[in-house]
Amino acid sequence: MNQNKINKRRSMLYIPGNNPAMLQQAGVYGADSVLLDLEDAVALNQKDAARILVRNMLKSNDFYNCEISVRLNHIETPFGIHDLEEIIPLQPDAVRLPKTENVEELKKVFEIIEKIEDAHGLPHTKTKVHVMIESALGVQNVYELASFSPRIDAITIGGQDLTADMQIEKSKDNYGIDYARKRIVMASKATKIDAVDTVYVDVEDEEGLREETVYIKKLGFTGKAVINPRQINIVNEVFTPTESEIRKAYRIVKAYYENKAKDIGVFAVDGKMVDAPVVTRAIHTLTLADIDPETIK
Amino acid sequence: MARNALNIEIPEKLDGLGALEPYQGVWTKLQKGWMSEQTVPPAIKARMPHTSKMCDSLEEAILKCNPQDGMTVSFHHHLRSGDDILVQAMTILANMGIKDIILASSSLTSAHEPILPFIEQGIISQIYSSGIRGAIGEACARGIMKKPFVIHSHGGRVRSVQTGKIKIDLAIIAASAADEEGNATGSHGPSAFGSIGYAMIDAWYAKQVVVVTDNLVDYPCVPPSIRQNYVDYVVEVDSIGDAKKIASGTTRITKAPLDLRIAKLASEAIIHSGLFKNGISFQVGAGGASLAVAKFVREAMKKHEIVGSFLLGGVTSYGVNMLNEGLFRAIFDVQSFDAAVSQSIMNNPYHIEIGAALYANPFNCGCMINKLDIVVLGALEVDVNFNVNVITGSEGDVRGASGGHSDTAAGANLTIVVCPSFRGRLPIIKKKVNNVVTPGDSVDIVVTERGICVNPKNIELEQKLKKAGLNIKKIQDLEIEVDKITGQPDPIEHTDKVVGVIEYRDGTIIDTIKQIKE
Repeated sequence: MNQNKINKRRSMLYIPGNNPAMLQQAGVYGADSVLLDLEDAVALNQKDAARILVRNMLKSNDFYNCEISVRLNHIETPFGIHDLEEIIPLQPDAVRLPKTENVEELKKVFEIIEKIEDAHGLPHTKTKVHVMIESALGVQNVYELASFSPRIDAITIGGQDLTADMQIEKSKDNYGIDYARKRIVMASKATKIDAVDTVYVDVEDEEGLREETVYIKKLGFTGKAVINPRQINIVNEVFTPTESEIRKAYRIVKAYYENKAKDIGVFAVDGKMVDAPVVTRAIHTLTLADIDPETIK
Repeated sequence: MARNALNIEIPEKLDGLGALEPYQGVWTKLQKGWMSEQTVPPAIKARMPHTSKMCDSLEEAILKCNPQDGMTVSFHHHLRSGDDILVQAMTILANMGIKDIILASSSLTSAHEPILPFIEQGIISQIYSSGIRGAIGEACARGIMKKPFVIHSHGGRVRSVQTGKIKIDLAIIAASAADEEGNATGSHGPSAFGSIGYAMIDAWYAKQVVVVTDNLVDYPCVPPSIRQNYVDYVVEVDSIGDAKKIASGTTRITKAPLDLRIAKLASEAIIHSGLFKNGISFQVGAGGASLAVAKFVREAMKKHEIVGSFLLGGVTSYGVNMLNEGLFRAIFDVQSFDAAVSQSIMNNPYHIEIGAALYANPFNCGCMINKLDIVVLGALEVDVNFNVNVITGSEGDVRGASGGHSDTAAGANLTIVVCPSFRGRLPIIKKKVNNVVTPGDSVDIVVTERGICVNPKNIELEQKLKKAGLNIKKIQDLEIEVDKITGQPDPIEHTDKVVGVIEYRDGTIIDTIKQIKE
C-alpha cells in the first residue's frame, strides 16, 4: 500500500469494487487518488464479492503513488458495518462516507472505526475520512460535518444523488447544484480541508469536462472525481499551475525566505505587495507542481 | 549450426532457402557502403507499337504469362482485409494445375485465408511475406508448408527482389484505377486504397506484370503510380475487393484508457527527448497506443508551435489532417491505412507516394527511414534486452507482421516501442521473447503503463527523461514487477524442425521459427 504523503488530490478515479481487471490497473493511469467503490457502482447481489475483492487488492495490489480511498456503503445499509470491519483494518489512506447528512451519523461511524482500530492495535490517525454530501440536508449541515473531526480531510459532493434529492433534473451546466457547490467549498475553506467536485458523466465530451473543471477550480474546489481514466489528464492539467504561475510562486517563496531571515514580514515582488496569504498561496502552487517549497530556502 | 549476434542458433542452410547468413548487427552490413550480394537485372521486355495489352479475364492474362510449376507469384497487400485478387489469382493457378508455387505477397491478411487448402495441397509450397496471420499463420507454425517460409521487412523485400532471392515470375497488381496500357494507381476509383508503394518493385523486376482493375479509365490514368513501361497485360474485373474492408478499422484513435495512457506517456517522452523541435520527422503505426501517440503529439505541436518536416510510412487520415493543419510540410506515403487518405494523395502535391525502396531499402544511397527522427512502434513482446517480437504469438503461432518495424527502428533517431506490460494473463515484458524481429540495439525506449524503460546504451536520453520527471524504470525491474502479477507461462513446446525464418532487413537471419509440437 502507498505510504507516500498525499499532498495533492486533483483527480480521484472511481473504480468499481467488483471489477478485478480495473482494480488491478487502477494505479497506472496517472490519477492522484483512486476511489475503490463498494457503493453505487456495485449491484446489491455483488456487495460481498466486491468487499472481499477490494480487501484483497488492498493487501496485494500496487497502486503506485496514488492515494487509496474506499467508498463504503452507508452505515444504515446492511453492508456498511461489514465494509468497515473488512476495510478499516487494512488502513487505506481514506474512507469515503456517502450520503452523509448529520453529525450523529458521523459519531456512530467514528466510534465503530476507532473500535475496530483499537481491536487491531492501530492508530486513529492513519486512515482519513472523506465526507460525501449528497442531499439537501447534508448541504445545510456541511460546516458541522466538515469540522466534526480533524480526521476529516476532504469534503465531496455527489451531484447525481443531490439533484435527485432536490427533485430536479441534473442538467449539463449543473446550475441546480451551484449553490451546494459554493456552500461546500466555503465549508472546506473554513475548515482548511480539500473540496472535491462531483463527476462529469459524459466521458466523450472532453471540452465540456475541461470547461466544468475550470469553473469549479475558480469556485475553490481542489480536485474532481472522474469516472473514466480518459478524464484524468484534463482534470490534472486544469489543476496543475502553468509555467508562469510556478515561476511567480517561486519568486514569491524565495523572496519570503530571504525577507524572513531579515525579520521582514511584508515585502514586494514584481512591484506588488506580498503578505502571509500570498505566500501561503504560492507555497500551495509549488506543491501542486511537485516542487518542495523547503528546497527554495 | 551457427550463432548470430543475438546468440540465436541459425542453421547453415535449409532446404528451399539454401545457405543462411546469421544476423551480425543492426548496421554491420551497411558500414562498408555497398551490398555484398550480387544484384540481378530487372526483366527487359519488348512490345510492338499499337498492340493491345487488354485481356478479357484474369485467367486469360495469367495464361498469357505462361504459368509453370515452381513459379513465383507476387501481390501487394494495399487492399488489406478487402483484397479479392490474391485469392482469385491463386484459385485460377490451382485450377490450371500449377503447383509448387512460391507466393510472394508483401503481406497476408485475413482476406487470404481461402488459400489455405492450396498450401495444404502443395499448390503453394513456400511463402515470402512481411506478415502472416490467422489460419494461415497457425498452419505455417505447425509446419504445413513444404519449404520454410520467410518473414522479411518492407525494406528487406526490395533487397530480396533486387538480389533475386525473390525472383518474381508473375506480379499481379490490383489497382483502383488503370488505363489500357497499364498506368495504374490506388488513389482514386470506387476501390481507392491510397499508395501502391509496395507493388512498385514488383512492377519493375517481375518477368511478367498484370494490372487488374475494377475501374478502367481513359488513357492516361493519372497519377501513373505504376507506369505502363513495366506492364504486360491489363484486366478489367467487376471488383478488386471490398472497399469497406480496405479501411482496416485500425485507424481511429483508440478510446481504450490503457492505450491512451501509454500513448500519453510516450508523447511526454517525445516532448522531452530533445528531438521535439521545428523540422521534426515522425512515424507512427496504425491502431492502438501507437496511433494514439499522434493525438498527443499533435496537441503538443500546436501548443508549442512546432512545424515538422515530414510524416512517413503507413499513413492514416489522422496524419493527413496534421498535414492539412500545417503541422508537417509533407507526407511520404508507402501505404495508406484508410481510404480517406487517397484523396489527399490525389490532390495534395505535398502528400507524396513512395515505393518500398525509397521508404526502407537499406541498400541504396539513403532511404527515407534514414532521415526519420522518431518512430513509434507496437510489440507483441519485448525482452529485457529490448528485442521485440511482432510475429509470433503466445502459443507459437504466426500472427503478426514484421512490416517496417525493424526498418524504421534501425533508421530513426528515437525508436519508441509502446505496449502494455501484460495483456490479459500474458506478460509482454519478458526475460526472453519467443522470436526476435527487431533487435534491441535499434530500440531506444519501451513505454508501458507501468513505466518507461530506456535502453542503457542511451544514457543521455535517460537523464533527460528523468529530469523531466517521467517514471523511468530498468527493464529488468519492470520484468520482475510484471512477473509478480502474471507469473511465467509454460514455455511453448517446439520440435527441432525450422518451419520459417525471420530475415533481418539486410538479408541476414535474425531468428528461426520452429514447428509447434502438437
